[in-house]
Amino acid sequence: MNSWANIKTIAKRELGAYFTSPVAYVFIVIFLLLCGFFTFRLGQFFERNDASLLSFFVYHPWLFLFLVPAVGMRLWSEERRSGTIELLLTMPITAWQAIVGKFLASWLFLVLALALTFPLWISVNYLGNPDNGAIFCGYIGSALMAGAYLSIASMTSAMTRNQVIAFIVSVVICFFLILAGWQPVTTLLDSLGVVWLRNLVASLGVMTHFDAFQRGVIDARDVLFFLSLIGFALFSTGVIIRSRRAG
Amino acid sequence: MIKVENLVKTFGTKRAVDGVSFSVERGEVLGFLGPNGAGKSTTMRMITGFIPPTSGRVLVGGFDMVEKPTAAKRLIGYLPENAPAYSDMTVYGFLSFAAEVRGLRGSAKKQAIHRAVEMCFLEPVLHQTVDTLSKGYRHRTCFAQSIIHDPEVLVLDEPTDGLDPNQKHEVRGLIRQMGEKKAIIFSTHILEEVDAACSRAIIIDRGRVVANGTPAELRRRSELAGAVTLRVSGVNGAAVRERLSQLPTVKRTTILEEDNHAVTARAFPKSDVNGVLARSIAEAMQGWRIEELHTEEGRLDEVFRSITMPDTAETQEASKKK
Ligand SMILES: Nc1ncnc2c1ncn2[C@@H]1O[C@H](COP(=O)(O)OP(=O)(O)OP(=O)(O)O)[C@@H](O)[C@H]1O
Ligand SMILES: [Mg+2]
Repeated sequence: MNSWANIKTIAKRELGAYFTSPVAYVFIVIFLLLCGFFTFRLGQFFERNDASLLSFFVYHPWLFLFLVPAVGMRLWSEERRSGTIELLLTMPITAWQAIVGKFLASWLFLVLALALTFPLWISVNYLGNPDNGAIFCGYIGSALMAGAYLSIASMTSAMTRNQVIAFIVSVVICFFLILAGWQPVTTLLDSLGVVWLRNLVASLGVMTHFDAFQRGVIDARDVLFFLSLIGFALFSTGVIIRSRRAG
Repeated sequence: MIKVENLVKTFGTKRAVDGVSFSVERGEVLGFLGPNGAGKSTTMRMITGFIPPTSGRVLVGGFDMVEKPTAAKRLIGYLPENAPAYSDMTVYGFLSFAAEVRGLRGSAKKQAIHRAVEMCFLEPVLHQTVDTLSKGYRHRTCFAQSIIHDPEVLVLDEPTDGLDPNQKHEVRGLIRQMGEKKAIIFSTHILEEVDAACSRAIIIDRGRVVANGTPAELRRRSELAGAVTLRVSGVNGAAVRERLSQLPTVKRTTILEEDNHAVTARAFPKSDVNGVLARSIAEAMQGWRIEELHTEEGRLDEVFRSITMPDTAETQEASKKK
């Protein structure tokens, strides 16, 4: 119970830090604008003549590729740069609680940004009779994917005091996770004929696991995939922080 | 309260801290002295659990910092070097966060913040964000954070760095006063602070403890300690020197200053004449007008220099003589 209180304290501070700087509002505005652009222009929301948010969700892996690392890059590198990491890690909390607290705060922030796309959901309901269950699944999947990207950004930001490097490295890693399950890559690996490699790579792909959510299916294996990706990346964050405390 | 045993920290091949041992009890204020790069901050970081020691042990209130870090950290208040603070928070928000991390809630939290704000004179900047504070105020904010939970152990890395003279005075007073009930370690480059606040001081150089004692004990290690300085009027330097050097208690005499009216001289005692030098000089000066005569206590800065720079201390002494 005590550790939960610590996590909450850390998360509260972190979330507060997002909203006291203009970055949070800028981020949310950009996120919403891009969502609109992707959905209506590229996704041809109206032309599809289909009451669903498929054209909204389908671009999320790409949209998050840049936006989520931008949110996560400061998590630990900023602590390192300003030296506050020395305060944080000498307080009577474990590194775990700090890592989870910070992660949850920025995840909550992303979920909030995601929730602010609700006008889309209202308009699609106004225009037609969509499958709201499927839309809900899409949101769940989207939030999980954002969490997975974020945990990777947390890991890369623990490595360096430079936010730009943290951003670039996490974009690259996330990009690989997208490519891994992407149709053309799978086809390419198929042509190589090494089946286990193809399956391994494909199983790491974010796309494969996100697809089902868009279609309105919540598969425990997909949820487990995202959660274990988050768990793994946060664990690595802990290892990196422990080994590079003084650096 | 704090027990440090054979602490070693290596960075690559460099031994930043090399076998440091000491302990600090409740009611003690330990001054931590040493030249730049001696390993003071590194030692403090190991005591507070920020970096793990390469070898050796830190016990805080009986808790091993490596095995029971949370229990040990709960007892400590820490002011890191350069006083980091979350720059986007207000002073009040920052202190409130520090209090919450220490498990304070509700009215206990309010009281703790109020107390710390009062002790560190933060009232005027309470609702300002940290990144708009002047250096001194930021330092005080971080200091306030370290005492917010009234910890039993305080580790302060250069607590008076960047403060104005009044604030320096306040903080020294605060440390001395808190030291009656707590165990405090603080590092400093200002030697007067050792006298003003410490009950004991450690000098560390290149990662090793080279001196450990009360300020008076350390001062006694000074070459100057026990020497007698005197000012006599109406005679010339040669006469003073001659009379002094005839005394069996005097090892060596130097003339510090000579003008038409008076001579200022210093006599160093032979090793075993502790205490009687001044009297014997006073007797030998019968008939002269003595304007001043006192026994030197020794100076910390000289001790510091001779311990941490053994070669250059002597050459400087020599150049002073000329
Ligand atoms: N993270 C690190 N990596 C490599 N070397 C380090 C690291 N931290 C400290 N050192 C080295 O360890 C030595 C001791 O440094 P430390 O900061 O403890 O000195 P200090 O006594 O606090 O000096 P100052 O009076 O300047 O504050 C220095 O030589 C420093 O370069
Ligand atoms: Mg230092």
